[in-house]
Amino acid sequence: MRRFSWFNLTSLTLGFAFLYLPMLILIVYSFNASKLVTVWAGFSTRWYGELIRNEAFLDAAWVTLRVAVVSSTLATVLGTMAAHALVRGGRFLGRTLFSGMIYAPLVMPEVITGLSLLLLFIAIDLDRGITTIVLAHTTFSMCYVSVVVSSRLVSFDRSIEEAALDLGCTPFEAFRLVTLPIIAPAVIAGWLLAFTLSLDDLVIASFTAGPSATTLPIKIFSSVRLGVSPEINALSTILIAIVAVGVITASLISKRSIARQMQDTRAAIAGA
Amino acid sequence: MTGKLRRWLVIGVPYLWLLALFLVPFLIVLKISLSDPALSIPPYTPTLDLSRGWEGVREFVAGLDFENYVFLTTDDLYWKAYLSSLWIAAFATFLTLLVGFPIAYGMACAPVHWRPTLLMGVILPFWTSFLIRVYSWMGILAQEGVLNRALMWLGLIDEPLMILNTPTAVYIGIVYTYLPFMVLPIYATLDKLDVSLIEAAEDLGCSRTQSFWLVTVPLARPGIIAGCFLVFIPALGEFVIPSLLGGSRTLMVGKVLWEEFFSNRDWPVASAVAVVLLLILIVPIILFQRNEQKAREAEQ
Repeated sequence: MRRFSWFNLTSLTLGFAFLYLPMLILIVYSFNASKLVTVWAGFSTRWYGELIRNEAFLDAAWVTLRVAVVSSTLATVLGTMAAHALVRGGRFLGRTLFSGMIYAPLVMPEVITGLSLLLLFIAIDLDRGITTIVLAHTTFSMCYVSVVVSSRLVSFDRSIEEAALDLGCTPFEAFRLVTLPIIAPAVIAGWLLAFTLSLDDLVIASFTAGPSATTLPIKIFSSVRLGVSPEINALSTILIAIVAVGVITASLISKRSIARQMQDTRAAIAGA
Repeated sequence: MTGKLRRWLVIGVPYLWLLALFLVPFLIVLKISLSDPALSIPPYTPTLDLSRGWEGVREFVAGLDFENYVFLTTDDLYWKAYLSSLWIAAFATFLTLLVGFPIAYGMACAPVHWRPTLLMGVILPFWTSFLIRVYSWMGILAQEGVLNRALMWLGLIDEPLMILNTPTAVYIGIVYTYLPFMVLPIYATLDKLDVSLIEAAEDLGCSRTQSFWLVTVPLARPGIIAGCFLVFIPALGEFVIPSLLGGSRTLMVGKVLWEEFFSNRDWPVASAVAVVLLLILIVPIILFQRNEQKAREAEQ
């Protein structure tokens, strides 16, 4: 925008220090030998060992992973359908209500979403467990997916779809062969968003889980309520590492695919 | 024929899903908030008994009243919780703006080839677990924590400061976790800003500070407003931050609702607390939507 000043450099440095130092401190202390989390007693990987032997954490991690995979996949299908209905569906009865229901969960406080779903599950006498968490997570993440996908659907040139239809595609073939490849990055981004939202959710899962299923955030929350624990530090470090590797890889892949796409387009134009 | 059927499926399936798992649950909350608490399972009356036909429906409607809402106004706990949530969310939003604006401004001024990395640096924490980011401050702010020991080692304080379990810790938690929501929209508007306008202001005799306040800030307003709402709205119903960092003295609605439900098991009151929280949230949500619409129209 304009020349980069000392003020800018200072605010960026302090800002990023603020964003990253707490996580860095957490990572450092996960390698602390002492059980007293605030006193440094030398380097050790002891807490990682304890973590791996802790059955309760492993079980919770497995439940969380299954819930996240199933709910984000369901949410991606439903969210993409919803986005298609909103952008391409034309006019239909109750369209305003429909778009309202897509946007409302995005701003709804989690405590209310959780409470209302729990009351529903009790009213219809559905046993609480993995199924109810999946239903709850699918419902709020499909709205995020639908927002991400519809922004992509709005921005792309509709005449390409029409050309496919003119050339003899059925609407479903046009969607599969033309629309889907174009919106694919948004669909994938939506899935990733739904997946991380599900992995991360504490409040809605606490309401809908019931005694039979415990997810990792519920487990973490109940053990840190009483204070800092070195095992949780180790667990956090692992989770931070997974996210960092995932996000950086995804961004490198998408950068490379954008570059390739630009090259293809340029080659096509040059050929024509 | 199949084309039409397919269209109805694409619309109908997500529509029914949201009706069943978003709208209906909310109507249930509304209904329970008008019911009376009872020592039964489920712990409220009346329950709708459709098997008794019209008589059952009439009895059910007759049993509903606003008693729980009246109760919310008579007990200080609730209105104090609403007021303190509003205050905490508003002040924390202001602090987030103070911290976030210089970061967004610095990013927009940074050399072009740095920007993707800086942007990634702001987005990365957003993908990291919210719970873990809040938790990371527990070890820093505790009485024996990293911050107190660093300050004592530097000789700035003699006795550890009491930060954890106070509202200050809640402010820090909100600023920290919601910072990306403030930085990203402000950066987006600053990035699109036409530099020649600033240059023109300076050519016409503005100092750097004047051109910042008279040109840059007004032009960044849509981003600032969007960022403030994106922090304020979720902060108002926050549960995790006050319960991990705020201690028992920090009162926020999200926590009150949780305790009413899980500890006191008073479902009708918990539902009434939820309905009132939603009514309070409607105002900022509508203002936010208007701001977004104006920004979109300005773009066209």
